[in-house]
Amino acid sequence: MKPFDYLRASAPDDATRADATIIAGGTNLLDLMKLQVMSPDRLVDITRLDLDHIEDHEGGLRIGALVTNSDLAADDRIRRDYPVLSRALLAGASGQLRNKATTGGNLLQRTRCPYFTDTAQPCNKREPGSGCAAIGGQTRLHAILGASEHCIATHPSDMAVAMQALGAEIEIQETTGATRRVSIREFYRLPGDTPHIETVLAPGELITAVILPAPPKGRQVYRKVRDRASYAFALVSVAAIVDVQDGRIAAATLAFGGLAHKPWHDPAVDRALEGAEPTPELFDAAADVLLADAVGQGSNDFKIVLARRTMKAVLAEATGLKEAA
Amino acid sequence: MPDTLDTHVRFGSNSGQPITRRDGRAKVTGGATFAADNSPDSVLHAVYVPATIARGRVTALDTAAAEAHPGVTHVVTPQNRPPLQGDPSDKPTMFSFRFEALQDDTVRYAGQPIALILGETLEAATEGARLLNPRYEIATPRTGLDEAAHYTFDPDAFGKPADTVHGDPEAGHAAAAHSVDVTYETAPQYHNAMETHAVVASWDGDRLSLDMPSQALSMTCAGIAYYFGIPAENVTLRSPYLGGGFGSKAIPTGPYVLAVLAARMTGRPVKMMLTRQQMFGPVGHRGQTRQRLRLGTDAEGRLTVLDHAGLSATSTFDDFIEPAANASQGLYAAGALRSTHSAVRLDVGTPGPMRAPGEASGSAALECAMDEMAETLGMDPLEFRLRNYAETEPGTGKPFSSKALRECYAQGAERFGWADRPLQPGQMRDADGLRVGWGMGTAFFPCPMFMAEANATLRADGTAMVETSAADMGQGAWTALAQIAADSLGLPLDQVEFRAGHSGLPDAGVAGGSGHTATAGSALHAAGGDVIRQLGEIAAADPDSPLHGAGNAGFTARDGRLYVAGDDSRSDAFADILARAGGAEVSGAGSASRAPEAAEAHAMNAHGAVFAEVKVDPDLCQMRVTRLVGAFAAGRIINPRLAESQLYGGMIWGLSFALHEEARHDPARGHIVNADLAGYHVPVNADVHGLDVISVHEDDPYVNALGVKGVGEIGITGTVGAIGNAIWHATGKRVRRFPIRIDDLLGD
Ligand SMILES: Cc1cc2nc3c(=O)[nH]c(=O)nc-3n(C[C@H](O)[C@H](O)[C@H](O)COP(=O)(O)OP(=O)(O)OC[C@H]3O[C@@H](n4cnc5c(N)ncnc54)[C@H](O)[C@@H]3O)c2cc1C
Ligand code: SF4
Repeated sequence: MKPFDYLRASAPDDATRADATIIAGGTNLLDLMKLQVMSPDRLVDITRLDLDHIEDHEGGLRIGALVTNSDLAADDRIRRDYPVLSRALLAGASGQLRNKATTGGNLLQRTRCPYFTDTAQPCNKREPGSGCAAIGGQTRLHAILGASEHCIATHPSDMAVAMQALGAEIEIQETTGATRRVSIREFYRLPGDTPHIETVLAPGELITAVILPAPPKGRQVYRKVRDRASYAFALVSVAAIVDVQDGRIAAATLAFGGLAHKPWHDPAVDRALEGAEPTPELFDAAADVLLADAVGQGSNDFKIVLARRTMKAVLAEATGLKEAA
Repeated sequence: MPDTLDTHVRFGSNSGQPITRRDGRAKVTGGATFAADNSPDSVLHAVYVPATIARGRVTALDTAAAEAHPGVTHVVTPQNRPPLQGDPSDKPTMFSFRFEALQDDTVRYAGQPIALILGETLEAATEGARLLNPRYEIATPRTGLDEAAHYTFDPDAFGKPADTVHGDPEAGHAAAAHSVDVTYETAPQYHNAMETHAVVASWDGDRLSLDMPSQALSMTCAGIAYYFGIPAENVTLRSPYLGGGFGSKAIPTGPYVLAVLAARMTGRPVKMMLTRQQMFGPVGHRGQTRQRLRLGTDAEGRLTVLDHAGLSATSTFDDFIEPAANASQGLYAAGALRSTHSAVRLDVGTPGPMRAPGEASGSAALECAMDEMAETLGMDPLEFRLRNYAETEPGTGKPFSSKALRECYAQGAERFGWADRPLQPGQMRDADGLRVGWGMGTAFFPCPMFMAEANATLRADGTAMVETSAADMGQGAWTALAQIAADSLGLPLDQVEFRAGHSGLPDAGVAGGSGHTATAGSALHAAGGDVIRQLGEIAAADPDSPLHGAGNAGFTARDGRLYVAGDDSRSDAFADILARAGGAEVSGAGSASRAPEAAEAHAMNAHGAVFAEVKVDPDLCQMRVTRLVGAFAAGRIINPRLAESQLYGGMIWGLSFALHEEARHDPARGHIVNADLAGYHVPVNADVHGLDVISVHEDDPYVNALGVKGVGEIGITGTVGAIGNAIWHATGKRVRRFPIRIDDLLGD
């Protein structure tokens, strides 16, 4: 592999000013370096930074960027107040990986498109302008929503789907040393004609924390459908937070994994549910909203059906319709 | 029972014991040395460059860029590759296939080696390989079964299965009152042993030393020696441990030859270890199949015909035709039997034997077709199989050497609770509303023996050393074979030093075909017997021995003592006999192969019955195999713990075949898209729920003196069909392609 320099940050500024690629748990970056998909000249290791705390914050929680996926999933406050997040985390990867994987790294993990990870194939995300080998190829893991003719990849994270439903905010340290907060709803980008630009993070910027708002009312459900029972990326996943009051859905937030270039959230789906009585017909109508513009790529056409079914099953569970049945 | 059994076989305290693996501690503590753990001084690292297209020609390589990279010492391409003495297309041993070792610039499959980089470090060689940046002239690849012409072939060599017809199939079809005509497909699968292929090669003059995993040490030495023009005895091969083989480590392939060539070219030891991605190409796989099964029965459900036609994919440059249709020979008592094979040449590496070659794919289709036939008849699938139970070998009428399949059905069905199964599909739900289905399949596997030799030496102190070049792929040869050897000498296991895994030892043959314990074990058994015979002669002739003059009565050996047969009051310790004889050692030799008369007179197979419960989410169609019960009759079980592990492993493999394993080719480019273990799924622990193995007692006086059949592969057979049938039973939907996936059940 290509030789590279390795630096260790002892303060956040070291990371943002290093002109280097950040490495946290390394579970994604090192794999991509071995495959020569990413070949940075310099790495800056941030794991010694003091960013591994979960603190009470503005009625919610502030999760340091270096909190591991294992620690986050096991945290009592997360399990009690944000079970959708805990379940999403535990649905991802394996125990060993979760012990290493960090909150910041998880948000920024790259797509699992097998053409992206194969340097012999054209890929606009890896090599802008080279084309997209996935279109017309094996697309089981690819998008049905929000894709472009330049890229049909999906974002693989489970954690980010739950955070999308929770409306988390991402705290970023800029290269100037200033800090800004961006809602996760604005953090990720659709591929458009620049699939290599995946988030609003500028080069050198460091994620320092994820901020969860106060615990939402209602039931939280995370459901992941995949090709084996564990250790596989989602074909479709759904995170749902649904509050039913007096037989009507008072509030609903749904987010979806495996369907798009980003953890998908469509406010129109939430609105289609809110105020109505939970019924299978209502769920279908909301799924119609979600999937109105869905496009299959051939081998992933089934995901349009699967997304509807998964969404309905999750809603049945979250609204109590399932127990009633 | 023939009288030979009692006089030739001693069963001491070792066989039959569930002894833990003798190499287990070494493996879990890192003490076991696998091939790539060897790093001789001045070793060079070899990395080959795999073709990234599936068909065409290499037109340019940036050799200068690769050579200029610090640490890269050599760049080998078809232009400068030193000659081999044997042509890679020749077949020096029984299991030989043409391999790619930089003969020319043609690309025949994705993953084919197209250049070799040597470097002082693995990292340097890897970067050199990247810098080579191949350019190609691309031709349209063919990777689907209908993308090239189908052909038939003469069954003149290994890998070209014969067609077999017994009775009159057309008459059988004509006479059928009920029939099914169904076509099943199975996906390409890649062995993917935990230990990828690896070799450390070094030359000393015209002598070659190899550390590499091998399932067939002497055949590998003979093969490699041929390509380098040296006598086989000049090759020393050490293969003490294999991290799995599954058939792919029985045959030396192109990457091995390239590493050996590089060592000769440079005069330095060379190490090569394949990456996981490189396991999908030049080192064999299970070819995809399409199998048409036409079954007919009379009004009572007796098979009038079992007609199985298999189409198997092979490469464009050699034939390994998955003998899938042969799975229908030998199992059910059909009035007429026909198994035929055809093939199609695709732009893939040559397939090869992969755990239960032929039987795994063939059984998958056969057992589902049997289920479909039972459905058509409105008959319970187990009852249907019993109705067609073969009392003698179908077609030939030969008696079976032993066949406890009826007991397998009965015990498996009892443990599973099969009697409560509703006939119709879609009848059962669990408390969570999941659909539940029950299916079954018959397990069947031949029990071949190969040829093996062994030596045994009883030392002056009464301990022994036994040796044979056996291969432990993880199945437990270090343990089970030592148990047999210890029994043959009448010694406790810990007093026997067992040497294996080295080509300098007597030839143990092939660890394959589920025949290694039977074959190498029989040779060890004979070698020990030879020692005991000689020891008895010494004792009988020794006036000071309590055994003096008892030679005619015969002796038995037990716990380090020789006893007069049938008279426990007269015995003598091994060490005492040898001490009085002047402290000499006694050495014996043994060999083994199947007795031709026994093979002529009997059909020999292992059998079993597998029952599966599958739960299917009614909306999302996720499938979970919640219970698998397998009852197997496979002759004498030397070590129940190890045998059970093999059967568990086989059944999990069956689950993998049914629901997970599949190499997916890019339709346009032809390469395998999921060439790593994140994309190429095998089951994880969470996919495997209840696993239950029943070992059904079976005495077999004919297979060999030990009565051992084999358990390495049979667990896959039966299981795939049982799971497919259970999915139908849960959902009412027949999916006729493996692996079965969510989208096959989803509908719209
Ligand atoms: C076999 C396997 C299976 C997996 N299965 C799943 C799964 O089912 N579901 C799932 O969600 N995930 C899965 N994962 C992915 C896993 O969750 C990610 O690899 C992990 O979360 C990445 O975290 P990390 O700390 O190791 O990131 P790293 O590899 O260290 O970094 C990832 C990226 O983030 C950047 N980065 C890291 N931290 C920061 C920061 N603080 N600020 C700015 N940039 C940063 C790095 O520069 C890099 O580009 C799997 C991974 C593997 C290897
Ligand atoms: S889908 Fe996106 S990531 Fe995959 S090959 Fe196309 S451009 Fe690259």
